Amino acid sequence: MARYDWPDLSKARHLSGTASRLDGPVKVTGRAEYATDKAPAGMLHAAMLWCPHAHAVIQRLDVAAAEALAGVEAIYVIQGEGARVQWAHDEIVAVAAVTEQIARDAVRAIEVEYEVLPHFVDEENVGEAPSARPGEEASEGNVEEAFAAADVVVDSRLGMPQIAHLCLEPHGQVVEWNEDLTACTVWASTQAVSTMPSQIAEGLAVRGVNVKPADVRVLTDYMGGGFGAKFGPDRWGIVCALLARQAKKPVRLFLERDQEVAVSGSRPSAYGRVRVGAKEDGELVAWDSETWGSGGLPGTGATPVPYVFNVPNLRRRHLSVPTNRTGSKAWRAPNHPQACFLTMTALDDVAAKLAMDPVKLFRRNLGLVSRFADVYDEQLEIASNKIGWQDRWRPRTERDEGPVQRGLGVSLHTWGGRGHRSNCEVVLHPDGSIEARIGTQDLGTGTRSVVATVVAETFGVGLTDVEVKMGDSRFPQSGPSGGSSTVGGVTGSSRRASQDVVAELFERVAGTVEQSSEDLALRDGWVVHGERRLLSLSEAAALTGTGISAVGRNPGPGQLGDSGVAGVQMAEVLVDVETGVVTMARMVAVQDCGLVVNRKLAESQMHGGMIMGIGYALYEELVSDPLSGRILNPDMEFYRIASLMDVGELDVHLMSGPGHDERGVIGLGEPPVISPGAAISNAVANAIGVRVPYLPITPQRVLDALHAAEKRA
Amino acid sequence: MRPFAYARPETVDEAIEMLGEDGATPLAGGTDLLGLLKSDVETASLLVDLKGLTELRGVREEEEELWLGALTTLEDLRTAPSARTALPALADAVAEHRSPQIRAMGTLGGDLCQRPRCWYYRSGFGLLARRNHQSMPEAGDGRYHAIFEEGPARFVSASRLAPALIAHGAEVDLAGPSGKRSVPLEDFFRSPARDDEREVDLRPGEIVLAVRVPKRLAYSAQYEVHPRRALDWPLSAAAVALETRAGKVVDLRVVLGHVAARPRVLEGALVVWSGQSTLERRAQELGRFAVEGARPLEDNRYKVQTTSAAVRRAVQRAHERLEA
Repeated sequence: MARYDWPDLSKARHLSGTASRLDGPVKVTGRAEYATDKAPAGMLHAAMLWCPHAHAVIQRLDVAAAEALAGVEAIYVIQGEGARVQWAHDEIVAVAAVTEQIARDAVRAIEVEYEVLPHFVDEENVGEAPSARPGEEASEGNVEEAFAAADVVVDSRLGMPQIAHLCLEPHGQVVEWNEDLTACTVWASTQAVSTMPSQIAEGLAVRGVNVKPADVRVLTDYMGGGFGAKFGPDRWGIVCALLARQAKKPVRLFLERDQEVAVSGSRPSAYGRVRVGAKEDGELVAWDSETWGSGGLPGTGATPVPYVFNVPNLRRRHLSVPTNRTGSKAWRAPNHPQACFLTMTALDDVAAKLAMDPVKLFRRNLGLVSRFADVYDEQLEIASNKIGWQDRWRPRTERDEGPVQRGLGVSLHTWGGRGHRSNCEVVLHPDGSIEARIGTQDLGTGTRSVVATVVAETFGVGLTDVEVKMGDSRFPQSGPSGGSSTVGGVTGSSRRASQDVVAELFERVAGTVEQSSEDLALRDGWVVHGERRLLSLSEAAALTGTGISAVGRNPGPGQLGDSGVAGVQMAEVLVDVETGVVTMARMVAVQDCGLVVNRKLAESQMHGGMIMGIGYALYEELVSDPLSGRILNPDMEFYRIASLMDVGELDVHLMSGPGHDERGVIGLGEPPVISPGAAISNAVANAIGVRVPYLPITPQRVLDALHAAEKRA
Repeated sequence: MRPFAYARPETVDEAIEMLGEDGATPLAGGTDLLGLLKSDVETASLLVDLKGLTELRGVREEEEELWLGALTTLEDLRTAPSARTALPALADAVAEHRSPQIRAMGTLGGDLCQRPRCWYYRSGFGLLARRNHQSMPEAGDGRYHAIFEEGPARFVSASRLAPALIAHGAEVDLAGPSGKRSVPLEDFFRSPARDDEREVDLRPGEIVLAVRVPKRLAYSAQYEVHPRRALDWPLSAAAVALETRAGKVVDLRVVLGHVAARPRVLEGALVVWSGQSTLERRAQELGRFAVEGARPLEDNRYKVQTTSAAVRRAVQRAHERLEA
């Protein structure tokens, strides 16, 4: 059996390199086929009727006129008469027709009457919530005594609203059944190719259709973003399969942009009253928080505060507030951005009250961090140097000349990122060609290129000499892409499989080349002994007769990956105090992530996280109408995200080398998105002298905060 | 989108005749109309595509004025040398349109006639968005709505170019079944009193032919406050145009955008200007004067400040051009 490890990076051909992603050219030329692009012959188009009310009972539903329309081939009533609808934009009826236009005409022809019931969508005003459930509480030490002994106490009210995932490729799929309706193919935009078949079979069984997971094939060649919102088929996915079955034709059902924004997934809101006590030298001694939030109807779990810093005397209470909005889904680093924001802004306010540099305050308290204190210390140093903190930071009380104020802010975060369960089959064909087959999916993060990197590295060949096949549920099962678990999972399984194949190859050819198999290596397409080329890889492969294949697994033997990372981010903003407009000047991110598989892809993922973070810090908010309960901005016009024009300069420093590389691969999807909310909020507070308590930091909130501060003064 | 018929006339007369049909709607760049049709907020049984009327496209410099064809795209306006030099405020406004796609498709006439971006209207609650005898923006979320009351409408005029053009004293040429007419652009905009009224003075079957702008107010500027740098709607905009004689400012026009149901012309700006001695004080006073009488909602008090700031900065920018 092979020994599973990573090669010496100084001798690596691909690992930790900067190769461009393999699917770049097909994506930018539009040749990559996404699930939204699939159009099997005879495909029908589905459209859905959704409820315009946030809370209502369906009193009458009549689909006869829709059924009667020429071109309508299937109708499925998702919620019928008597059903209670709990949020606006919820699906009522789905129609499949020969054209999109007819499907929409049919939806308009459906007659429906509702009894409208009272709704609640304004959890910021938690006092008015019709129901709120106490969540987890925690208490440690002696909180009141600690506050009494503190030299300063800050008391902040903070919050961030519910936001959307805003995938550019909306949720949806195309479903096609075989002739006798025993098996189906689903081209889906999903983060979970391997687990979708059983989820679909389960969803169909509930509606009386029995099909074996093995007979459901899920395909995802390319994907336009998931961010945690695409782990399951969702109700519309099951409904699409039912329509296709009814019509005995393939059916395409993708959400419209308004539904995609309003109901396809969201991140729960988080609000809190946070009190923090500290000593004159910055030592944190007491924490008391009441937090609440809503992820729609189910409410939300407790926000894990205080974040990173384990303040010794603490009391923490939480209220889960149900609202008439769609339930939330995992949004990149679930719970962390909220906990980070509520904690790091309060600590920044402590520093301001002590007239202390927040970097010093964070450093002063690294003893309260359960892991990585030394890494944070080093990261704070690196980030400070990059942004010029020592020279350029000034206290909140100082002003710049003119209306535009410059500010610096800092935040830190943590994440796990251990590789998930994964199986990868690697095949060396007798002609020397190499194939990797893995039931994972590339969300756009570069997973395809990552697997190619590992396999090519192990076989000593070029990246394009490896054919990576993924995005098919018939390939060996690999976990859903969530929690930054994919890169660790697929590198572990593909490395082990590749090393097994190579080990067997050496054993099989050892006799022919008259060398011990342990002394052989693969380099640049050759089997070598030291510097001597013995056989080309294809000659060696031919000698095996059948070729060789092996399935590698993760987790497995050998230190190929790890869990647990630390990160620091610093933001520099420009705030126009006359217009309230915040402009990003610069953002520095220092991050550890173990062994870097491909530096360019890793930095790209950091950029993506930072841009998404700037989005929720400055722009993103699902605006719920208090009157109708509807989302008022289910579009990309007033649901703003950060564009490239808005992000300023992004500066990424990935920690690598001794102390990092030997830990193996750790995921990087979540960490960069955690700190931006806090770092940017702190930078704005530093710029203008007052805290803008709520995200996103819009001109309205900046001007209102300045106005409130003026009134207090 | 509901089914509709499509026609592409080649002359203005043909277009007007077609627009006489019930349910006919003119289509220019389509950057607004197609979205409205798709979301079923507006309906049309016949789209009369005006893009074939090539005589309505282009910028012509005449002795006293500039002629801007209604079908001139925003990109054409951006690059036309005569518009850039004679109408600096318009150049500012067009440059603030940060979407190359919309600049390439969107037209001058379309900018003037586009419908409000009010999210209640766009959600299907009607142009005035009134429900249970109350204004939804007032009772609900009016963060982007009007800070000046002009009748029951609480939306803000969406036109990006109107403040600059009105500041320059533009007139709009219209043609319809009963012939041609011209109106000052500021009078073209209205505050509707009912859901079925329009926010522009277009009679049934009428289209915009062109905008004519006198060249006398040569020093001008428009300043917009945007939440972000990418394509966005201004929170407030202000256009300022100055006319000078012998180095002395003899006319001053200030127009506010995105603060009321119509572009808002500031009466008496010249008096305020003349009452102050330094540019800084003039800008300051005009900024203050511009928001006198504002009645913001709870959610949009901040727009009073962004409007003042826009006026101050437009005044300063226009004056810089005068100095240069």
